[in-house]
Amino acid sequence: MKARVHIMLKTGVLDPQGEAVRHALGSLGFDGVEAVRQGKVIELELAETDPETAKADVAKMCEALLANTVIESYRVELA
Amino acid sequence: MKAAVLVFPGSNCDRDLSVSFERAGFDVDMVWHKETDLPRGVDIVGVPGGFSYGDYLRSGAIAARSPIIGALRAHVTKGGYAIGICNGFQVLTETGLLPGVLMRNAGLKFICKPAALDVATTASAFTERFDADTPVTIPVAHHDGNYVVTDDVLAELQDQDRIAFRYHEDLNGSVDRIAGVLSKNRKVLGMMPHPERAADPALGLSDGTALFNSIASVGVSA
Repeated sequence: MKARVHIMLKTGVLDPQGEAVRHALGSLGFDGVEAVRQGKVIELELAETDPETAKADVAKMCEALLANTVIESYRVELA
Repeated sequence: MKAAVLVFPGSNCDRDLSVSFERAGFDVDMVWHKETDLPRGVDIVGVPGGFSYGDYLRSGAIAARSPIIGALRAHVTKGGYAIGICNGFQVLTETGLLPGVLMRNAGLKFICKPAALDVATTASAFTERFDADTPVTIPVAHHDGNYVVTDDVLAELQDQDRIAFRYHEDLNGSVDRIAGVLSKNRKVLGMMPHPERAADPALGLSDGTALFNSIASVGVSA
């Protein structure tokens, strides 16, 4: 089973990289980009076949390592 | 007096830190990250700068989950001393032994230069030998040094006098210009500037010496 983890900075945490990307888009002529938030996607290949267990396992992985929950939120998606 | 310096794949200030401890009178053991125990009788653990695991995932994140960290946690829980410098500070925040997170510098650039710091408190085993009114010059070399904490934790750090060093002027966007913080029991220090790069007169800067001498004189009598 495949799982995909989306990790984003929490609302309210400044994202200087996203802001730099927004500026760069503006200088390329892409007007009207009001905000850019940059995150990451992590894909996992799991031996687990039960979706509920897999989802719970991946949530544990997020809490233990994949996300820093002080500043990041995560969303798990099974494929 | 005994110090242990942890070594991760990608650490690059471990030798400098070891030499700085030795100059202050410590016996130093280098401890590979796969070890599960610290040498007996260690008074202070140093978590060095560098780029552990190539900064993969987040700076310090993977090192913070390596086997030796269990022993570090036990050492700190028993009231032992620890210092994390630069990547070591990032590792300590990732372990939760120190609060906050070190995010990408506000200006997005890697900053490598001597920085003027204010010693924000001399009430710690790490800063006792500094003069609170005299700024010191200690080099910084980091990409992720922008210290971020929640407002609640910031208020706690301020109220409990746990900010050890501040940048004299804003350097990387850190909240309250924080360059180094202490744990609640004041026995764990994390800082982005590199005192071990300013602890040998031959290298031109010596303001970091006071930190190692502080630890040596008062730090480890506990």
